[in-house]
Amino acid sequence: MSLLQSLLIWPDRVLPSLLMLLLIAVPFLYAARGPMHALIRSASRAVSNPLRLGARWLADAATRLRNRNRQVLFAHGSQEIRQTIEREFERVTTLVQRDLEGYPVLQRKLMDEITRIEEDYKKTGEVPLPPPEWVKAIESLAKIKASGDGVVERILVEIRDALGDIYQKVVSEYRGAYQERHKILKGFLPFWRSVNQTLAQVDRNITGLQVSAAKIDANVLKLENIAARGNDAAHALATSASTQFFVAGMVMLIAFGGAYVNFKLISLPMSAMVGGGDYITDTLQASEVAALVIILFETLMGLFLMETLRFTSLFPFGSITEKMRRRLMWASLVILLVLAGVEVALAVMRDTIISADVALKQQLGSVAGTVHAEAGWVTRIPTFGQMILGFTLPFALAFVAIPLETFINSGRTVLGAGLELALQALAFVLRFVSSVARETGRFVIMLYDVLIFAPLAIERWVGSYREGAIRRNKLRPVPPLKRASGTEEAI
Amino acid sequence: MKVASSLAVLGAFLFVVACGPQANHNQAVYVLIDTSGTYVKELDKAQGVVNYLLGTINPGDALAVGRVKSRSFSEKEIVAKVTLGKDPLAVNAQKRAFSEQIAAFAKAERQSTGSRYTDITGGIIQAAEYLNETQAGRKTIVIFSDMQEELDYKTVRDIPIQLDGIRVVALNVTKLGTDNVDPRRYLDRLEWWEKRARTAGASDWKVVNDMEHLDRIFRKKG
Repeated sequence: MSLLQSLLIWPDRVLPSLLMLLLIAVPFLYAARGPMHALIRSASRAVSNPLRLGARWLADAATRLRNRNRQVLFAHGSQEIRQTIEREFERVTTLVQRDLEGYPVLQRKLMDEITRIEEDYKKTGEVPLPPPEWVKAIESLAKIKASGDGVVERILVEIRDALGDIYQKVVSEYRGAYQERHKILKGFLPFWRSVNQTLAQVDRNITGLQVSAAKIDANVLKLENIAARGNDAAHALATSASTQFFVAGMVMLIAFGGAYVNFKLISLPMSAMVGGGDYITDTLQASEVAALVIILFETLMGLFLMETLRFTSLFPFGSITEKMRRRLMWASLVILLVLAGVEVALAVMRDTIISADVALKQQLGSVAGTVHAEAGWVTRIPTFGQMILGFTLPFALAFVAIPLETFINSGRTVLGAGLELALQALAFVLRFVSSVARETGRFVIMLYDVLIFAPLAIERWVGSYREGAIRRNKLRPVPPLKRASGTEEAI
Repeated sequence: MKVASSLAVLGAFLFVVACGPQANHNQAVYVLIDTSGTYVKELDKAQGVVNYLLGTINPGDALAVGRVKSRSFSEKEIVAKVTLGKDPLAVNAQKRAFSEQIAAFAKAERQSTGSRYTDITGGIIQAAEYLNETQAGRKTIVIFSDMQEELDYKTVRDIPIQLDGIRVVALNVTKLGTDNVDPRRYLDRLEWWEKRARTAGASDWKVVNDMEHLDRIFRKKG
């Protein structure tokens, strides 16, 4: 028999029993109305107030986190832009050192070439024409008429012949002089070209400088925006961080795939080095751990290499000297090369193990009907492929350092924003539940009153009757009271 | 710093894992081959099974083949045994040598008339002794027989045996002529052996008559 059934007056008639119980309970409920209302209000407050308090605390925490996130965001953003400006300045410095440092030499070269061109140009000046007096004498002789005198005619013929010879000589000299000038002019060409190239180089350098200067200007402008702590700058930085986070995540996933392929390549042959059949955990073999360690070492060397090449800044390498940095770089590169060589050897070993295994299974008859493939160069392709993969994958893994740095840096921003959103959502949920608890308390109070509506109605009726009686009493004239002092006072 | 701390955590994890309690993951298999008169013709199949097992076992595992004769509880009845090394290439050589030993044994047995009696219990006790000595993580006795035990009057085998943690697989349990007359004899025989194995503490009991189902039994872990 359940508790409800034990409470029923007529167990086989539930509704009348419940009604009867209610009727019995109503006077008690009416009598306890005041304390019960207080109890319900107190219970609802006991639930809603802590929730409201929690919601307020979470909202405050979300605000604090938002401020902190903004600070971190601005700090990261300004650091990144500072680094970009520094790199741009380095580029400008290199450009200036490389090109503009030799500018005096370049200028001297230009001046020499221009002077030489000028001198040569002067040399190409035209040969002056024969003097006019000489021409006039010839003209006078030419005006002598043929008088039939044989001597005069002979003299004239001789003069004409002599003039013809002289003319020919002059013309040939003139042509020779022109040829000489042409030669000199032809000799100009390399100098012109050289001057042209030098000037083009100067133009390129100046343009490169202008581009760098424009980039620096743009970055300085961004830095100013960040320093101003504006919402636009914060929004731009947050968007940039989210994009970087997802892109870096994608690249990391691809790199993870590469690492997995690498792991599969070397885990089997590693059993020949560290021994097969040894387990470190229930499912993890020692050879697999060894392969994993090699891959992790490769990644670590890649991280160091990228760090020492200043592609990343994950480690505090700022305090070491330039010489030490270079040594570390070479050490990382050499270790990476050695590990890549080891992987090539392991790839060959893997192929040998698999071939031996297949041969054994064929011999044991496990692989029935397997045709032994002819050992040509085609069958060696997978081996070469494995060797190439074994050599290249470590270097490919080295580049993971770049997306890893981006992932870590942008992850702080993205996770911070996500946490802030979660805190806000939780605060909202707590506030909502608090409101629900408060309204539930009110609802229960009203329901309580509904249950005892009959005594409440009587109470109201009695109350209104009493009020009516009092009103009636007020309207009736009250006789004055007589006191010892003789003053009158109405009751 | 973040990368360094991650690597430190990984290193600590590997250190803790490496220093934890070590479970033996190797397996040891003992194949009992019935060489009694009625069953000796099944030796080709037995050789195939041994070769199959050689293909499935890994470095560090152990494999032994013993024969069931009139009295089988003796080290002399172990035909061949091997504990594989750690180097995969050396393991291949060990497997090849083992296979050759089994081939020679099968050839010799085919030419013999076979034993008069069949002492399966003695073989099982010998197998359990060998397997317990290997201290392997997984121990299996493969009985390649019709499971019809026949003992001479002097041989005592009605004794309790210990097969704690050992899995027993009855392979190629052929039906005898009398089984065809009354199949209940065959079923009762298998039931009797199962009960005996389980009473002895065997971790599992299986009967496989189709050799293609062997890979289900000896599937590689993981």
